[in-house]
Amino acid sequence: MKGYKIIVLAKQVPDTRNVGKDAMKADGTVNRAALPAIFNPEDLNALEQALRIKDQFPGTTITLLTMGPGRAAEIIREGLFRGADDGILLTDRAFAGSDTLATSYAIAQTLKKHGNYDIIIAGRQAIDGDTAQVGPQVAEKLGIPQITYAEEIQAIEKGKVTVKRRLERGVEVVKCPMPLVVTVNSSAPDCRARNAKLIMKYKHAKTISEMQEANDDYLHLYSDRPYLTIKEWTVQNIEADMNELGLTGSPTKVKKVDNVVLQSKGAKVITSSDEDMDQLMRELIESHTIG
Amino acid sequence: MNSVFVYIEIEDGQVAEVSMELLTKGRALATELKVKLEAIAIGYKLDGIEKDIFPYGVDILHIADDKRLAPYTTLPHTSIVVKLFQEEKPQIALMGASSVGRDLGPRVSSALHSGLTADCTSLVIGDHEDKKADKVYENLLYQIRPAFGGNIIATIINPDCRPQMATVREGVMKKEILDPAYKGKINKLDVSKYTTDLDFVVEMIERHMEKSKVNIKGAGIIVAGGYGVGSKENFNLLFELAEVLGGEVGASRAAVDSGYVSHDRQIGQTGTTVRPKLYIACGISGQIQHRAGMEESAQIIAINTDPEAPINSIADYVITGDVAEILPKMIKFYKANTK
Repeated sequence: MKGYKIIVLAKQVPDTRNVGKDAMKADGTVNRAALPAIFNPEDLNALEQALRIKDQFPGTTITLLTMGPGRAAEIIREGLFRGADDGILLTDRAFAGSDTLATSYAIAQTLKKHGNYDIIIAGRQAIDGDTAQVGPQVAEKLGIPQITYAEEIQAIEKGKVTVKRRLERGVEVVKCPMPLVVTVNSSAPDCRARNAKLIMKYKHAKTISEMQEANDDYLHLYSDRPYLTIKEWTVQNIEADMNELGLTGSPTKVKKVDNVVLQSKGAKVITSSDEDMDQLMRELIESHTIG
Repeated sequence: MNSVFVYIEIEDGQVAEVSMELLTKGRALATELKVKLEAIAIGYKLDGIEKDIFPYGVDILHIADDKRLAPYTTLPHTSIVVKLFQEEKPQIALMGASSVGRDLGPRVSSALHSGLTADCTSLVIGDHEDKKADKVYENLLYQIRPAFGGNIIATIINPDCRPQMATVREGVMKKEILDPAYKGKINKLDVSKYTTDLDFVVEMIERHMEKSKVNIKGAGIIVAGGYGVGSKENFNLLFELAEVLGGEVGASRAAVDSGYVSHDRQIGQTGTTVRPKLYIACGISGQIQHRAGMEESAQIIAINTDPEAPINSIADYVITGDVAEILPKMIKFYKANTK
């Protein structure tokens, strides 16, 4: 059994679910530094689907691909600790300001350079934008089919993948030839925990940039153990057309950003005392709001 | 002048609710821009479907009717929409932010290299001055949506690429018939010219669709809970109050993500938009994405332990306190004051 070549697309995102009071700067812009950076939750569901294929088909390899700043290497290590085989960090200042289309161009270009994939699996959407666009756009740019809203990759046989989709109003099971892009919902099983042996194996895994900043004591490791080097690719590696990247390559522009200003309607403030509760329910009944 | 286009989603041979809402919005945009409103319906056995589409003020309805086009699959619908847009060159294209529209929209936008803004809460026409390029763009589509965890509201534009594409969730726009007798033209597409055999490589093995059992959109009273409710068990109090008042239970995204209630109860930008006569927000802080889905409620009661919770600013009544203490009292005094 030769297994399958799987690419998992993942993103490091600010944890917008836990936005504290210091998340906004005084001028109304977002203080990214105040938000913890996490592995995008649905990308972890995607990784789990990949790991299940690897469990079932020995010889399967999982490559985690992420685009972002240098510190996004953290999520590649996180993926290695959970069972991915290697990772690529796509990082370059030229990507700054990319919308979903410019992002998917850079990722598709990377996949074309890397080649060698049977299944590309990604989370349905990232919590910092919730657009759900990059998966389908990558599929379109590679000219391969997409199966979105996946809950379970049920079977792979005779070059076809059977996928159960969880939609807003129901369930579909579809069969699609490889290669393809699958995007996974949060209704899919959670990702398994880190594996202690893999943590030992990969805890020093680093990108070239990280190695340059690292303690010299470990540098010998990287020549002895090539699997500890996380690939770090820039625009040069993917032979990208600069006009398609970053702000220039993004058809959508942010015209303006408004801070959310709350103006109180002048609510009636009441307590939870029996008198106040009784009064409230009377008012609502009298105004025919309830009853 | 180039048209405004709406992609019509077909569910069980019927025009989806969200598509009727988008036709209503599309008509308003087309009228403001003094252009035609066009629509594309793709499916099978669509004879007579125009009767449900023209009354929204559609001038041209393109129909692709073929057995292989229903139920929806990505590739053939993409091929038809892309080719039609290349021919017709619409300036604006709207789709539902449904599991169909969010599958189709990005694929079409990638093929046409046009910008797509997901889950818009407002669409308006406006101008844009690019000072660097010393260029003024007239009558662009402002695509407005909360972003970045709801801490900001972003206005997105596509100055140079066409069509300007946007998806909108069901319930965000209002549905309104323009004229029951409105007559448009039908343009039947030759499906074989718009698709290839390669578009049909994905096989549908099984399909079970069901009408949602939860009807929060139509409920007059909604008791909604957030992360502050604290547990699945505490949500039972919300169900109890909703039952007593004859309402439905809704939830914020945080409550759904925490597994307190099912996803079909989610209210907000990425859930359902509701306009009940009474909205009781329990333990909901009130991020903008949530408020986007409920702020047009006629009356809002906010119950929260945090007196500074953002939800309080749009509430008619603010009760600072614990949901577990307050809801039983509401039930008790409601029962005491009604027979």
